[in-house]
Amino acid sequence: MSDQLKKKIVKEIKVDLDKCIGCRACEVACSGFHATPKYSSFNPSRSRIRVVTDMLNDVYVPVRAGEYTSAECTGRHSFKIDGKQYSECSFCPTSCPARDLFKEPDSGLPLKCDMCEDIPPLSEPMCVQVCRPGALTYEERVEYRDETPSLGEMEIGLQALVDKHGMQKVLDSFARMSKKG
Amino acid sequence: MRYSETGFNLEINLTRGSIDKIASDPETVGLYLGGEGAAAKMLWDRVPPEVEPFSPDNLLVFSAGLLAATPVPGANRTSVSSISPQSNRYVNSGLGGFWGPELKQAGYDRIVIRGKASSLVYIWIHNDKVEIRDAAHLQGKSSLETAVLIRQELKDQKIQVAAIGLAGENRVYQASIEHANSSASRGVGVIMGDKLVKAIAVRGTKDIKVAQPAELFELCNRHYQQIYDNLHCGDILVREDDDAWHVNNLPWGNANRRAKGFWSEELKEEWAVSVEREEIHYQWENYSQETEEVHETVVDKSRRLRGTGCYNCTKDCHQAVYLPGSRIYFLKSYSKLAYAMAAYEQLEFDYDLLAALQDYGLDEFAMPQVIAFALELYGAGILTDEDLPGFPADFKGRFSYLLDKIARREGVGDALANGVYLAARQIGKGAESYDHSAQKIEQVPLKQEMPGYPYFLMYATGGKMSITQLEGSFPQIPVPDRKTREAFVKKWDAAPEKFKQWFLEWEPGQQLSIEAAVNIADWNEAMHYVDEALGICPLLSSFRGQFGGRAPYHGNNLPQLISLATGIELDTDGLLEITARNRNLIRAINARRGLRRIEELAAQEFLEIQAAELEQLLDAYYEFRGWNNDGIPARDTLDGLGLGCVSEELMRRGIL
Repeated sequence: MSDQLKKKIVKEIKVDLDKCIGCRACEVACSGFHATPKYSSFNPSRSRIRVVTDMLNDVYVPVRAGEYTSAECTGRHSFKIDGKQYSECSFCPTSCPARDLFKEPDSGLPLKCDMCEDIPPLSEPMCVQVCRPGALTYEERVEYRDETPSLGEMEIGLQALVDKHGMQKVLDSFARMSKKG
Repeated sequence: MRYSETGFNLEINLTRGSIDKIASDPETVGLYLGGEGAAAKMLWDRVPPEVEPFSPDNLLVFSAGLLAATPVPGANRTSVSSISPQSNRYVNSGLGGFWGPELKQAGYDRIVIRGKASSLVYIWIHNDKVEIRDAAHLQGKSSLETAVLIRQELKDQKIQVAAIGLAGENRVYQASIEHANSSASRGVGVIMGDKLVKAIAVRGTKDIKVAQPAELFELCNRHYQQIYDNLHCGDILVREDDDAWHVNNLPWGNANRRAKGFWSEELKEEWAVSVEREEIHYQWENYSQETEEVHETVVDKSRRLRGTGCYNCTKDCHQAVYLPGSRIYFLKSYSKLAYAMAAYEQLEFDYDLLAALQDYGLDEFAMPQVIAFALELYGAGILTDEDLPGFPADFKGRFSYLLDKIARREGVGDALANGVYLAARQIGKGAESYDHSAQKIEQVPLKQEMPGYPYFLMYATGGKMSITQLEGSFPQIPVPDRKTREAFVKKWDAAPEKFKQWFLEWEPGQQLSIEAAVNIADWNEAMHYVDEALGICPLLSSFRGQFGGRAPYHGNNLPQLISLATGIELDTDGLLEITARNRNLIRAINARRGLRRIEELAAQEFLEIQAAELEQLLDAYYEFRGWNNDGIPARDTLDGLGLGCVSEELMRRGIL
């Protein structure tokens, strides 16, 4: 098995909520880094990291833009941690229709954190560099992963049908459907 | 291409209900920079002395600093300028937090408000969409509550709100404009209330461009670190529980007494608010159908939740404090002394008082002076139980009582809401002798104990409510040890050579020379005007040079940042010239409204200085500033700064 394990470098930004002072320097730096030309314009609305802030509830959560989704959650959790109320969305990195975080203000297209990929590579993503209070820290970690090819989308669907109805039934149905053309 | 600024002003006429987006003159920025400089130019041009402060023609200008919304760390402040009803002079107060950058992101460098609404409104700015909206449902709400309600109403948590509280609505002269963890306190909230604007809500998603991207950001990235590491900047005191120095050395209670040795270890312990409350639980008695009451005493203590920063600044100057009863208060710079300044008999309700001030939207510096003044009048029998129906016997009760009366302008609160100077004259019966204000403005804190010549000059000519808005580049007191002085001077990048020499030779107990005093007073004040134009926080710059001499920003490194951000070629001399222009323009606004030497001489009454000595100081200072004997900028001075139209106007009016 071990020869199938592949070495992977996982880049991680650790967030210490207790150290965040809510200054949004991370947003400023991120928007500057991703401007063209670099640092030519600044606009937190284009940032791929946002500090979700609720001052009166003492909530400050820097959250990084992740994947796009076309549908919002059907329901939400809300968390109470140490007497403070957080909504699920406070921690969620998704660019989703339920909120206007992580969307290009002009086009509405989703934004996603790329860990400041650059040539030559930065020592740390820019948001981490400017976060002097230390709420954001950067870590690279080596992981070994099993990289055996996984099933494609259609195969997953077919497997589910086989599991449910049995192979023979699926084959019969498939034959019948293909005859109909 | 305009860099670092948007190039647009938002002109709102509330009487007509008109909203215009006006391109600003590109030359203005090179002449006056942004922030207070650009605002002062508007007030000179558009508010002649015939316009009364409460006239619809008076302007209220919210002007974001030139560097706000650029990556320059700590550049986030907005200047709020107008003509004050308290002094009938130019008034300006700065606002930190997040509001100014958001305004620029929405596409405007400043908002110019004129006219008056017919009922309470709030202004909603979302990029190019600007609305004047009804605010009836926000009437009487605290400013923080107003922000929450507006965000709910407009369904966007990222809206930044600047709002007045009940005091502003009632046109209390000490009303503040509150925003997040900050406020513009010194006398501008009253004009916002007079124009019937409850709040300005802003949301912007546009870009701010800078001229030299890579160079600027590289420099800024280093400044983040320098500011964070620099122990001499930010609000150093806010995290300290030991307030011995301030309590011992500043005058409390209407700025006229000191209590040396009052501060003790026990007081330090008492600083924390602690409220005991009884909670009752019910539990089943053993094996029966009866319940029994269990009484338990729960101690609900105040505690610090975290330090919060303003936009793009690594300093956490604003302590979020949990107060008993699940409330959060943002301890603004220096403000925890507010209650103590008025009455130090009890400290335990300090935070309660501060929270009340924030809720009403009242200045934390002025109010304790006003309240102490009222208490003194009561003690002297000038104010009686008839004036104060139902006046409580305890300090805490009295304080809350007076605050509420002032915020509502009820009974005697109506006079007190005009500030100590005017109230003393309204109340009469000898109340005038209890007035310790200067130029009709409450003065706190008065540093009479260090009667340095520069301080006399700053108090007499500064025209600000607090000395903290004037002092800060040159150390307040001499250092006894020459070696320490030499070490100080070695790292003092901010200071021009002559100041280093004066500081080196300054021995304790020695008065500085008049020449030095004049230069120091001028330099201290000039740096504040630099900050106000750029939107740089004084705690990183003009106020912080005096302790350790290592302010992150100063006259020698700001020009480079300005050039990289705006593309305007500028050196130290150029920056000082612009600042001199701004300061003389503001002086001219006040001269046009009647400011003369005699008003500044009147400061002698509360400063411990001989009249002749102050006369001598003023002579030297006026000459140094290029003003005539009456304190009015001379024609050569104005013309030399390119303010020919100003000197012409002053001559036309027979002032020059």
